[in-house]
Amino acid sequence: MSATTVPKGKTPVFYQLEEEHHEPGGSTLLGFWMYLMSDCLIFAMLFAAWGVYGTSYAGGPTSHELFELPLVAVNTAMLLFSSITYGFAMIAMQEQRKGAVQAWLLLTAVFGAAFLGIELYEFSNLIHEGAGPWRSAFLSSFFTLVGTHGLHVTFGLIWLFTLMVQIGRKGLIPANVRRLQCLSLFWHFLDVIWIGVFTFVYLFGAMR
Amino acid sequence: MSADTHTHAHGHAHGHDHGHDAPHSTRGGYITGFLLSVVLTAIPFGIVMGGWIADTRVAVAICAGLAMVQIVVHMIYFLHMNSKSEQGWTLMALVFTIIIIVIALAGSLWVMFNMNLNMMPGMASGAGM
Repeated sequence: MSATTVPKGKTPVFYQLEEEHHEPGGSTLLGFWMYLMSDCLIFAMLFAAWGVYGTSYAGGPTSHELFELPLVAVNTAMLLFSSITYGFAMIAMQEQRKGAVQAWLLLTAVFGAAFLGIELYEFSNLIHEGAGPWRSAFLSSFFTLVGTHGLHVTFGLIWLFTLMVQIGRKGLIPANVRRLQCLSLFWHFLDVIWIGVFTFVYLFGAMR
Repeated sequence: MSADTHTHAHGHAHGHDHGHDAPHSTRGGYITGFLLSVVLTAIPFGIVMGGWIADTRVAVAICAGLAMVQIVVHMIYFLHMNSKSEQGWTLMALVFTIIIIVIALAGSLWVMFNMNLNMMPGMASGAGM
């Protein structure tokens, strides 16, 4: 047929008319990773603000006086424990053991809640000492950075409980497996941010 | 012909993606990552709380270095980063993000440090803002 002929000197061009088959949620993990990278930029800006204002005490209390490192060490341990327990939840998920997944998720939530509790205790202590975010640029940037991280953990916990309900109702269906994988990225990502927080904020602040 | 093999390869890779994390996560991997993290966290806390290193600048450099190492450990053992996941796009996104972060962080600190230096002496001390 003439439709298939190509004019001389021109290379044939092919168009793909049929859509490729994509499984639902096939690109969810990549998309979620993109979100995490943009979240990473938010934290980078907050770290930059901390870097600039971290020593602007405005005649108020300094980081060396305020930071209680033993508390921070316990907090760091809580988050690290919650990371490993979430890892075990993922392994239980691969082995299709629903009860074990729920148990590990619950343990993860306990550690996450402990982390948040300690952080709120620290914040309230600071505010009672008159070292609230309004006191100096140093404290503003501190509360913004650490508070944003804490807010992420809070939403991570809400997500975690939601997923536990979902798994309880529907089991380890592909959609729930995908959600668990996304939350895994989110949870471990928060731990990565915390490495930056405890090193550059608390440890460096205490050394000043 | 070549187009045909391409589609096939693509479809194949896609099929693998859904198993994505499944083959990567192992109990041993998580435990290795956890133990490394514990060590890499304990050392900087020891340095600062125990006063192991007298020179502050050396202590800062070591702590910063250990934090970088621990971030990489988390990336590999917990976030399962590798050059193959999602055909390398996650790594590409990460590299791009790191470049932006370095520019933003170094740029901000540099600009603000210079600004503080160039302030009039009386203002610099009151840079409490």
